[in-house]
Amino acid sequence: MIETTPGMLILTAIIPMVAAFLVMISGKRPNVREAWSVVGAVLTFASVVNLAPRVLSGEVLRYTYAQLLPGISVTLKLDGLGLIFAGTSSFLWILAAFYCIGYMRGLNEHAQTRFYVCYAAAVGGAMGAAFAGNLFTLYLFYEIVSIVTYPLVMHHQDEEGYEGGKKYIIYLFFTSKAFLLSGMVLVYLTAGTLDFADGVLTGLFPSETGKILVIVSYLLFLFGFAKSGIMPFHNWLPSAMVAPTPVSALLHAVVVVKVGVFSTARVMLSVYGVNLLNASGLGLFTAYFVSFTIICASVIALTKTNLKARLAYSTVSQLSYILLGVALLTPSGVTGGLVHITNHAFSKITLFFCAGVIFVVSGKKDIREMGGLGYRMPWTMGAFALASLSMIGVPPVCGFVSKWYLAVGTLEIHNWILLTVLLVSSLLNAGYFLPVVIKAFYGKPLPEDEGKTGSLEKTPMARFMVVPLAITALCSLLFGLYPNYFFKIISVLDTGFFTGLTQATAGL
Amino acid sequence: METYLIANTLGYPILSTLLLLPLLGGLVVFFLKGEKMLKAWGLVVTTATAVLSLPLFTAFDRGTALYQFAEVSHWFPFLDLSYVVGVDGISVLLVLLTCFIMPLCVLCSWNYIKERHKEFICVILLMETAMIGVFVSLNLVLFFVFWEAMLVPMYLLIAVWGGERRDYASIKFFLYTLLGSVFLLVSIVAVYIKCGTFFIPALMDVVFSFGFQVWIFLAFTLAFAIKVPMFPLHTWLPAAHVEAPVAGSVILASILLKMGGYGFLRFCLPMAPAATLYFVPWLVALSLVSIVAGGYLALGQTDIKKLIAYSSVGHMGFVTLGIFLLSTSGIRGAMLQMINHGIVTGALFILVGIIYERTHSREIDDNKALGTLMPAYVTYLVLFSLASFGFPGTNSFVGEFLVLVAAFGQSNWVGAFAILGAILAAAYMLRLAQKMVWADSDGHGHSPEDDDQGHALWDLNLREFLTLGFLLVFVFWIGLNPKPLMNVMDTSITHLLEQVDEGRQQLDEGHHGAAHGLALVDEH
Repeated sequence: MIETTPGMLILTAIIPMVAAFLVMISGKRPNVREAWSVVGAVLTFASVVNLAPRVLSGEVLRYTYAQLLPGISVTLKLDGLGLIFAGTSSFLWILAAFYCIGYMRGLNEHAQTRFYVCYAAAVGGAMGAAFAGNLFTLYLFYEIVSIVTYPLVMHHQDEEGYEGGKKYIIYLFFTSKAFLLSGMVLVYLTAGTLDFADGVLTGLFPSETGKILVIVSYLLFLFGFAKSGIMPFHNWLPSAMVAPTPVSALLHAVVVVKVGVFSTARVMLSVYGVNLLNASGLGLFTAYFVSFTIICASVIALTKTNLKARLAYSTVSQLSYILLGVALLTPSGVTGGLVHITNHAFSKITLFFCAGVIFVVSGKKDIREMGGLGYRMPWTMGAFALASLSMIGVPPVCGFVSKWYLAVGTLEIHNWILLTVLLVSSLLNAGYFLPVVIKAFYGKPLPEDEGKTGSLEKTPMARFMVVPLAITALCSLLFGLYPNYFFKIISVLDTGFFTGLTQATAGL
Repeated sequence: METYLIANTLGYPILSTLLLLPLLGGLVVFFLKGEKMLKAWGLVVTTATAVLSLPLFTAFDRGTALYQFAEVSHWFPFLDLSYVVGVDGISVLLVLLTCFIMPLCVLCSWNYIKERHKEFICVILLMETAMIGVFVSLNLVLFFVFWEAMLVPMYLLIAVWGGERRDYASIKFFLYTLLGSVFLLVSIVAVYIKCGTFFIPALMDVVFSFGFQVWIFLAFTLAFAIKVPMFPLHTWLPAAHVEAPVAGSVILASILLKMGGYGFLRFCLPMAPAATLYFVPWLVALSLVSIVAGGYLALGQTDIKKLIAYSSVGHMGFVTLGIFLLSTSGIRGAMLQMINHGIVTGALFILVGIIYERTHSREIDDNKALGTLMPAYVTYLVLFSLASFGFPGTNSFVGEFLVLVAAFGQSNWVGAFAILGAILAAAYMLRLAQKMVWADSDGHGHSPEDDDQGHALWDLNLREFLTLGFLLVFVFWIGLNPKPLMNVMDTSITHLLEQVDEGRQQLDEGHHGAAHGLALVDEH
């Protein structure tokens, strides 16, 4: 445990907030405003990278900023789990910042300053959550993310936007107040502290804690983090898709939903711990429970013809993979789950970026209208195809790595049912992603598009969008080929638990 | 008497100064002329009082539960009527709250009050004396005098500067509070007949018989439950709040309601501990009903002031819940919630006053979509709304969390009901903030050229900005560092719980207490 200087950790959460402020005061000059947003993104990522070597060498950085009550404080702490999430989110923000410029200018959207301010602030909140050293700090940043993303969801300020926003805020605040707050109070009463345990095995609860209390408080947390999109509290996510596509891409595929998943994983590993979850059977329960979401959301995705809606349900399904992996409680399972945070992020943001470009340059939202689009937008649809393969889990794209480890995890606990769930859901993934790709390259164009062959990717604004999505697609491929670096990050979370990974990545 | 007191060692008689300064200031008002001068005088006097009250915080001895900064001067010794003032960890924070809210009341009425400036400043200053007097009096008669004295200026505030239904509201306020006062007076007399003293700290150490405790407990509780207000005695509050001028609402919400909570802590718990323990289930239940009913009623309001008034019922329910859970974290949480509610709800009423000055309407529908027109205003509105429903990092979170810890520690059902109140709080405050910032899909908002109602909108001026900014500092300061406040109250709370524990023994020994008679500890 290393007590760091105060500036080091909070810097990463502060930079996006400062960027948001600078964006706000330069609202009248669009070029300056967007420059701040890009600069903020780059600096945020740089500050995470700057901290990475120390974390990888096995240190846990920690600093307490304010002590509220005994055991409750604003504490930041960086370990492997936080590093994976923070690194992924901040890197993707850089690409998304460029993408936003193309999208918002391409559509000539209103209230762009508010958009950029909230966008930056949301990333700042997510950074804070990634660095949270105790439940209170996690809750604090979790709620900040809820608040600042509301204006983004209702951005269009029409009937649909307000309805989506209302649903969003009601789901998130109801669950966090009703379940999360109660769960926190119960943990505080039982353990006397909200500080996360180090490592993933022991957790906070004293060994004599009653079983009922453990189960009830665990369920409160499972449902309290509604951002993770577990059914039955997933419904806000499809509704939130009324937001502009960059929001859906960075926030509702990466930052916001991953805050939910990350928080749940954090609570499972650092509050309850592998041993307690194993002993109480809650691990297996969670695995079965999220399996329902995995299958069910995929089935719903099959029925959607709006591209963003299909992606939204795919996200609901994929998020539960992460929790499934953690719930397996074996080294391979947890690794598969955590590495999927990054893998899903890169692939899904690619898919959303593609959906946004298609909408901006052609105005199409419905999959049935996208026939022949692949020839007019080769880069976009090529990236879409690559990311789809990743979602399905085809080697060598990165989704394969996660699914492989998840499958190994199910075999480690000899559970054929969960293995079947994984395989069936992969088939369903193929069932709803491949038709889009096939339609784009082999489908018939709409009658009014007949004969149009000019490329749609040549305008400057389109390039702002196509280049980032090409990069994220390429990253998906690279991570599939070289996943070891991520294993290294995960292994430092608890070198005792992840012995296999530690040995395998010792040279890195 | 002296065993309970620590004499004032500051260079000046601090509590008497705080009492006399506004009183004299209020009398001087009659020799002043001109609106500007009057307002400036009001500001100077209240600010001076606030500054002079600071040593109460800095020089307060955190290690003792005795009454500090005490001053004694005998008045009618044969009746034990003496001027005894002093503060302990429970009252000192409320005195400070009063002293610091009052300058803001003058500031927020700067343009709001259009007539009778002289009387207004006078009433505000007299009100301040009476309120400080309630918190510092250690003699029951003195307490009662201030308690009653408070009624008149408050009545005038509503009846003279109030809104359209001010007569109805002011009379209702007056009658409800007077009803409580009658019972208060009866129990004061009864206590005097039993013990022959009005000195409050001594009365706390008297062990009354259980039967007597029940009666004084019920009488005190009725008076304080009206003041808090606790369901079902809350109906005067929305009426009074809606009709009162902005300063009246702020005083009412920030300070007057706290007197109920203060009364429970000062009289009910220590003087009638056995009866308190006996009635605890009922009071916890009523507090829970207040929390849920207040929140539920607030959810349906279209008038902003009414919404905040009902939210006060819910928040004060948290306070009484914390008090009657009779645990350290509960009472700590209740005390913090009183301070927090004073700061946050005061700010919310100031915000309503500001928008009322501009649009002359308190309806949510008339004040929609202010986001682009009044950015500074809506920033404050959103921040104080978040603080109101206990957003982490703000002051209310700490208080609410402590009460919830006490509630879940008592029973999960109590906790679940309290959580329900917390959910409702988030719901109505977010609804209010959402509509005022953005409007909803069906309504159109204001636009800069929208002048059909004969009013223009302008953002906060410097005075308003600083008034709200001052309160916001405390929102985050207490939210992130509540320790200094808790250090002040902790010793007194521990002492209070010891007193309650004696009641537990009494209750265990003989439930009915009739055989015990009166074990009187005379301090003379």
